[in-house]
Parts: sequence; structure tokens; C-alpha cells
Amino acid sequence: MSEAISTSYLECLLKSWQAKPAESRAWLNQLRAQAIDCVSTQKLPTKRDEEWRFTDISPLTTLPYRPSQPDSALKIEDVQHLFLDDAKNRLVFVDGHFSQSLSAIAEPAALIAGNLSALLSAQASILESHLGQYVPFDHNVFAALNTAFLQDGAVVIVPKNTVIAEPVHLLFIATQHEVTSYPRCLLIGETGSHVTLIEDYAALQQAAYITNSVTEISLAGNAHAKHIRVQRESTKAFHLANCAVALAHASNYQSVSISLGAQISRYNLDVRLTDEAAECTIDGLTLISDRQLADTHTCIDHAKPNGTSHQQHKCIADDAAHAVFNGKIIVRPQAQRTNSSQSSRNLLLSKTAQVDTKPQLEIFADDVKCSHGATVGQLDQEEIFYLRSRGLSETAAHNLLTYAFGAEIISRIPVSSLRQQLEQAVLDQTQSNPS
Amino acid sequence: MIIANSPTILSVQGLRASINGTEILKGIDLTVRSGEIHAIMGLNGSGKSTFAKVLAGHSAYEVTGGSIQFEDKNLLELPPEERARAGLFLAFQYPIEIPGVANTQFLRLAYNTVQTQRGKEELDPLEFDDFVREKMKLLEMKPDFLDRSVNEGFSGGEKKRNEILQMALLEPRLSILDETDSGLDIDALKIVANGVNRITNKDNATILVTHYQRLLDYIVPDFVHVMQAGRIVMTGGKELALELETRGYDWITANKQPVAGVSA
Ligand SMILES: Nc1ncnc2c1ncn2[C@@H]1O[C@H](COP(=O)(O)OP(=O)(O)O)[C@@H](O)[C@H]1O
Ligand SMILES: [Mg+2]
Repeated sequence: MSEAISTSYLECLLKSWQAKPAESRAWLNQLRAQAIDCVSTQKLPTKRDEEWRFTDISPLTTLPYRPSQPDSALKIEDVQHLFLDDAKNRLVFVDGHFSQSLSAIAEPAALIAGNLSALLSAQASILESHLGQYVPFDHNVFAALNTAFLQDGAVVIVPKNTVIAEPVHLLFIATQHEVTSYPRCLLIGETGSHVTLIEDYAALQQAAYITNSVTEISLAGNAHAKHIRVQRESTKAFHLANCAVALAHASNYQSVSISLGAQISRYNLDVRLTDEAAECTIDGLTLISDRQLADTHTCIDHAKPNGTSHQQHKCIADDAAHAVFNGKIIVRPQAQRTNSSQSSRNLLLSKTAQVDTKPQLEIFADDVKCSHGATVGQLDQEEIFYLRSRGLSETAAHNLLTYAFGAEIISRIPVSSLRQQLEQAVLDQTQSNPS
Repeated sequence: MIIANSPTILSVQGLRASINGTEILKGIDLTVRSGEIHAIMGLNGSGKSTFAKVLAGHSAYEVTGGSIQFEDKNLLELPPEERARAGLFLAFQYPIEIPGVANTQFLRLAYNTVQTQRGKEELDPLEFDDFVREKMKLLEMKPDFLDRSVNEGFSGGEKKRNEILQMALLEPRLSILDETDSGLDIDALKIVANGVNRITNKDNATILVTHYQRLLDYIVPDFVHVMQAGRIVMTGGKELALELETRGYDWITANKQPVAGVSA
């Protein structure tokens, strides 16, 4: 894409930005202003940028979708099917805008959760010290745009030593055509707290739109968070997402990210183990078909000693779909006795499907245990024979193994209603009929 | 048990098979009748697992000669799943792990597939659960074993028990147990052997593939065959296993006659 087009695209987006809401704070206005400045000094990435070498986002410039406007006509019956029985804390955003009437918090005494604007005065200092601090936007035009447009957002604060029993479901529903929404999430886990957060992107119709989201997670000492991310956008949509996680001493972060939707999607996940003995488990599954493109870039940064990270990423690509996984692991000189493992396993279901997988290990400490491996292939013939020798037809064996490949990641989701929905989605996408 | 005039379940004649152009099986003859237990012994690499996999229909092996008759069927014409549905069962030397599929789901799928073939009722998850738990008692298996992924993270012994559990569920006419004893401690070996003994009867038959005679203390064979370089070079009764235990295999090629005579 030419520079001129790219610049005018961004200008066009910025012009569509409207006057900031009245309840805003000076620090927040300043944050937005910085982000706007950053947008104007950046360009949209192209395939010439190393970080975007497999993912061509130039189709985006043909759709300078205006920011979405709140649509209050939506009724609970329209979206209820997206709710989860076993996640009774729920914040719902429609095209990026908070919906009070669709949201519900089951544990209001224990948990601080709500829309950014509603919490700005009560949680002023904590928000000021965290919001915008983990996802830098000076070299990331999408994060800069999200921050420039920052208005509504999901804020979840888990107070010290508090265990939140019910998962917190952040549900982002796309309802409109040809708009851009800018979802924003902030999770702060205070010392010794426990929470399960579900970040869920869904659509009511097969519309073309853009989601540009930013999620920031900060876990204090000994805090535990499980983060389940489900991207099930319309397959005509564009999904561009940045998530950054900061882990303090002996904190524990477990994430499962599932990418099913979008025409083109990009998920950047940065996890920094900022203090000793932090642990993280990062699992991902991409399941795509037709001409979908799904790109996952992760970076796990071990900055301090005795950290642990385990990562398993899987892609199943059918038809002419293209999956990308780039997994960077940094072990800084101080980060002695780091234990890190990474596995990337990829299954191609058709001759025209494509996977690009790239481990990137940057290890600067000497006393570390690091392992990594990547495979790209078809189903294992020995596994197929095992199942056929038990009476399953070749097609049934094929289907079961493909399902199993995806279900292994899904099985790590600790929310059974969501797990069942996703198992069904995997089943629907992996079952071919006898030929 | 050897029963006079019992029907032949398996008849293998002059079987030759190769993989990637290398001939591994070089003319095998074997007849197995209903009610019988056969042991096939031999050193590592003699072709025992190859024979087992050719019987089960593994597509990597090319059958270049001979015939296999399984009851009234020409086995070589059938794909692996139809052999299984016809009542042939192979307990694998190295059972495959399938992360992501619960054992109970897999066992029920296999069971119902074979039941349907036999014109019998399928079981729903609840009915199957009762049924499989009963069979698991036979093998002293813990109930949590049903919810775990197929063979994933199972110890060697647990994998072998899972194979025998499948044998118990599928009620095959002919079971081929490939090194089911390897990797088992003596307690686990007794449990597995006891399970097999409870399944075997006058209407089915079993081929035990092993290179130790230890298993044969608990599952007593009617015939012992020695395999060498892709051929059965000697056949005897259960005493032959003991003799192999003390004398090894070296004497066979020279001698071709067991010292302890066969009275079958
Ligand atoms: N895929 C293969 N390609 C080539 N040779 C093989 C292959 N698999 C097995 N073999 C050879 O076949 C012979 C018999 O192996 P196997 O049947 O596993 O023996 P056993 O079970 O008696 O130990 C061995 O010499 C082995 O090296
Ligand atoms: Mg073998």
C-alpha cells in the first residue's frame, strides 16, 4: 500500500473522532492527546515490516469505517444466547459501547467491575496509575488509535486477597455494519487475589466491521488470573487486538486464546514477568477455513529469576486459510533459573491451507531450562490406524483426531458452558462427511 | 484349551509381507482354532509386531504372498475397520495417545460401532458408563481413568490395561496381544493376565506375542511358536517357553527340534 493512502486512511479515521466526553479527567485527556499525536507520526504496517511480514492488512484501507455510535435498540432477547450460565459477573459492550441494562455483577461486594467512565471518580488514582501503562502505543498504530478513541471500557479490579468465585464475562458484541469499535479492558489483580476473566468477541450477524481492542492486565504479588479469550467475530470482520500482561512476584497468569472468526485477525500478546518467581501458561488455538487469515504474535519476557512459562499454540487451517504464529521468548541476563517451554503444532486440512510458524528465542541468561518445538503436518497415520483397528471408519477416525487436536486446548478452559460451546464449534468445523 | 473338531478361526498360509521394499515376513503358516491360546515368541526384530499389524490391516505393509482366512472371510480384502468389526482385535505394543478425547468417549464410540455391525443396540452415555465400570473392575482400574484423555499421561501399565479393557468391551473372536506384558510389574501383570483369562473361552481365541515367558506363567498357552527372521521356525507346547527361558534362542536354528517333545 502506498504511503499516501495509508496516511490519508489514518487522517480520515482521526477526523471522525469526536469531542471527548464531559466526565473525563485531565490525565485521561492527556493520554488520549498523546495517542493522537502518535497516530499522526505513524503509518499502517505493511508486509515490509518484519512484524507484519505474513499478514497483509491493506484491505483495511478500503474501509475507513467510522467509529460506531451507541445503539440502544438492542434487547436482552437478542443477545441472551451469548451469555454464559456459569459466568454470572457480566459486562456487555455493544459495538464497543457499554450497556448497563445487559450487564450484571453477581458479587458487587467483593468485586469492583464496571464501565470506565462510571469508575473514573471512585477509582481515580488506581486507574490513572494503570490505564495505558502496559500497552505502549508509540510504535503500535492500532493501540494508538484505540487509546485516541478511548471512552468506554471494561474495568475489573480484584481487591487484595479476594477470591472471585464466578468468572467475569466481558462480552463484546458487534451488531452494526461498516463501523469500527474500540473495546478496551483493564484487569487489576491486587495482592493474593484470584479471578477468572473471559474476554469474548462475538457478532450478531455476518457483517463487515473492524474491532480494534486493547487489553491490559496487571497482577500484583501472588495474584492469580485465568484469562480466556474468545475471538468469534463475523468471518467478514477485521479483528486487531493488543494485550499486555505484567506479572509481579510469584503471580500466576494462565491464558487460553481461541481464534475462530474474522476475515483477518491479529492478536499481539505480551507477557512480562517483571519480578521473581512469576508463572504463566499461555495456550492458543486457531481454527480457520475458507480464506481467513489469523495471526498470533506472542512475546513472553522473563526479566527476573525463577520464572516459569509454558506455551502451547495450535492451528488448524482448512481450505485456503492462512495461520501465523510467531512466539518470541526473551530471557534477560538477570532471569536465571528460568524454566520455559514452547510448542507450536499445526494441522493442515487441505493442500491450499498455509501455516507460518516461527519460534524466536532470545536467551541471555546461562542457567535456564528452555525447550521449544514446532510441527506442521497432516494427521498421524499411526493414530488413524489405531482408531480404525477399533472399528472406526477412516472418516470417523479422521474427524475424531482433528476434533481432538483442537479439543486438547479447549479442555483447558475452566468454564464448562463456554467449553461446551467451543467444543461444538470445533466439532462443526472439523467434521467432514464420508466421501 | 484345545478342543477336538473346534472350528478354525484363523488360517494363515505362506504369508509374506514387506515394508518400503524390505521383506519382513517370509512365509508364515499358522492355524488357530476356537478356544485356543497361542504364544508367538522370538527375539526383538524377528517380525512378531509386523505379523500382528499385517493381521490387523496396517497399510504401511505390503502383502506380497500367501493368504489369511478369518472365519469365512478373506482378511486381506478387508480394511482395518472391517477386520475389527468382524471380530479381530489387536492390543498394541505401543498404544497411541489421543489428547483431547476423553477415554470414555473413545471407548463408547468403538463399542457402539462394533455393536451396530453386529446388529445390536448402541448404549447411550449413561448406560455405557455402568457397563464400562463393571468391566473396569475386572482390571482393577480407577474410575478417573474414564475422564482422562485416551492414554495421555498413562503409565505403561495403565496403557496396557486400557488395551485389555477394549478387548473386554469389544468381545473379539480373535485377540492378538502384542507384548502386553512388557512394562508391567508383577502385580499389574497378574491383574492383566487375570483379566485376559476371564475373557477367553471356548468360542474365542488368543495370540500372545511376547519375548519373555513370564506372562505364560499366568496365561497358559496351548501352543508356543518361535519366530525367527520372519518365519515360524518351531512349534511346541507350553514347555517350549520354559526351555527358551533357560536355553535362549540360539540352539533353535541349529536343531529345529525341541528337546521336550510336543504332544499336541
Ligand atoms: N517401518 C519400517 N521400515 C523398515 N523396517 C522396519 C520397519 N518396521 C519394522 N522394520 C523391521 O522389521 C523387522 C521386524 O520388526 P518387528 O516386527 O517390530 O519385530 P518384533 O516385534 O519381533 O520385535 C525389524 O528388523 C525391523 O527393523
Ligand atoms: Mg514387537
